[in-house]
Amino acid sequence: MIEFNNIEKSFGDRQVLKGISAVFKPGLVNMIIGASGTGKSVLLKCLVGLEQPDSGDVLYDQREFTHANRLEKIEIRREIGMLFQGAALFDSKTVEENVRFPMDVLTRMPLDEKLDRVNHVLSRVGLENSNDLMPAELSGGMKKRVGIARALANNSKYLFCDEPNSGLDPQTAILIDNLIKDLTVEYNTTTVVVSHDMNSVMEIGDYIMFMFEGHKVWDGAKEEIIGADEKAFNDFVFANNLMRTLKEQMK
Amino acid sequence: MVKSIGKYFIFLGTLFTNRESFRTYARLFIDESVKIGTDSIILIAIVSVFMGAVTTIQTAYNLVSPLIPDYVVALVVRDMVLLELSPTIIGIIFAGKVGSNIAGELGTMRITEQIDALEVMGLNSASYLVLPKLLATLFTFPMLVIFSAFLSLFGGYIAAEFTGVITPQAYTFGIQNELNEFMVTFAMVKAFVFGFLVATISSFMGYYTTGGALEVGKASTSAVTNSVIAILAADYLLAQLLAQYLVSY
Repeated sequence: MIEFNNIEKSFGDRQVLKGISAVFKPGLVNMIIGASGTGKSVLLKCLVGLEQPDSGDVLYDQREFTHANRLEKIEIRREIGMLFQGAALFDSKTVEENVRFPMDVLTRMPLDEKLDRVNHVLSRVGLENSNDLMPAELSGGMKKRVGIARALANNSKYLFCDEPNSGLDPQTAILIDNLIKDLTVEYNTTTVVVSHDMNSVMEIGDYIMFMFEGHKVWDGAKEEIIGADEKAFNDFVFANNLMRTLKEQMK
Repeated sequence: MVKSIGKYFIFLGTLFTNRESFRTYARLFIDESVKIGTDSIILIAIVSVFMGAVTTIQTAYNLVSPLIPDYVVALVVRDMVLLELSPTIIGIIFAGKVGSNIAGELGTMRITEQIDALEVMGLNSASYLVLPKLLATLFTFPMLVIFSAFLSLFGGYIAAEFTGVITPQAYTFGIQNELNEFMVTFAMVKAFVFGFLVATISSFMGYYTTGGALEVGKASTSAVTNSVIAILAADYLLAQLLAQYLVSY
């Protein structure tokens, strides 16, 4: 479980996060949604420690993270897996080396065990026999799948995904979404997905948090979206024709 | 400027705090040493041979006097190569070749979030990425300087042989005559200092790249410019500090 309270973050005079709190539960896909520039990615960076919030705190299963010392932070970070927007695979390493990397540097597992784990997670994301490919030889969707495999290779308890289906065609995007959902249930990870794609939200979102101008404006389950009366949220959700049609039909 | 210098020293501190295990660095150190050494060896070889040859010819034409024996030309060439040309010129070339490479590599890793990925995994990314490069540079650059000095003296010999400005015998005698051994120590001190400056400045520029591909290019250029300035400043300081020992040795 990830809990964060009153997170505030400014860059110079511009306050990007204005006192955001929420609880993300394990086994669920928790989605942070909102338009571009509302602070979703900054919040995600604060949660994983890539940015230090100005105030507020983040707890991982009741363990203080934001104000923890470096060693305590490292301990928690080793339970975190993250899928970056561009997958962030190491260019000079093969798929197998990329997926094996967290185990190579963070554990003392024997090589056989590491290779078994690599093959297991690669097969789980549908990339059997891709071990020797270089990142440059992979398509966008394959890169994301390798990114997910790497994030889960070390038995991560917390999975963060920054815009996991950006730049992908709709079919591949749904494939990635479903993979995230399945793995969340299978490994009981606390999954946090940052997205502005309503298809993703409707496909896999269990808990949805909507951000607007640095505030948390709305949160709830996807079934509650249609009945929400928050204007900024409605403007965002029903910006496309498909969602407007869906709303009309449900009425 | 002052802020950047402060940030540079903090960056140096992070390289040595919260390091990963020795095992993690060992393989990286070997990989980086091979890469850094092989990356620049051909260029350094070509530059060194011509540097020695040109220095021999020019020195010979500037020391035309019946009072100065021929072998003095070789002696001057040897001292110039050991004291200045090999460490400094090769340092500058090294900054251009390896420094820009380091900055480009780290800059690309930064903008493609690979450095963030390392941080999220709980690694000290600065130490993990930069320390092996620094150690590899400190290990290989002095060897490259020795290699360069040897080839420069060889270049001088070729010039003597083919142009006839001095006889090869006089040249061979000159480079062995009155050698102050502290010059070799001096060259090695310079090599260590210049290697440290190139590796750390280039890494610093690359590691803190922000933006996109354009900024990676700018970081590479800044890495070379700043490394060269730092080498020249350090060269002057080392000359001030160590020249006295050269005289008293």
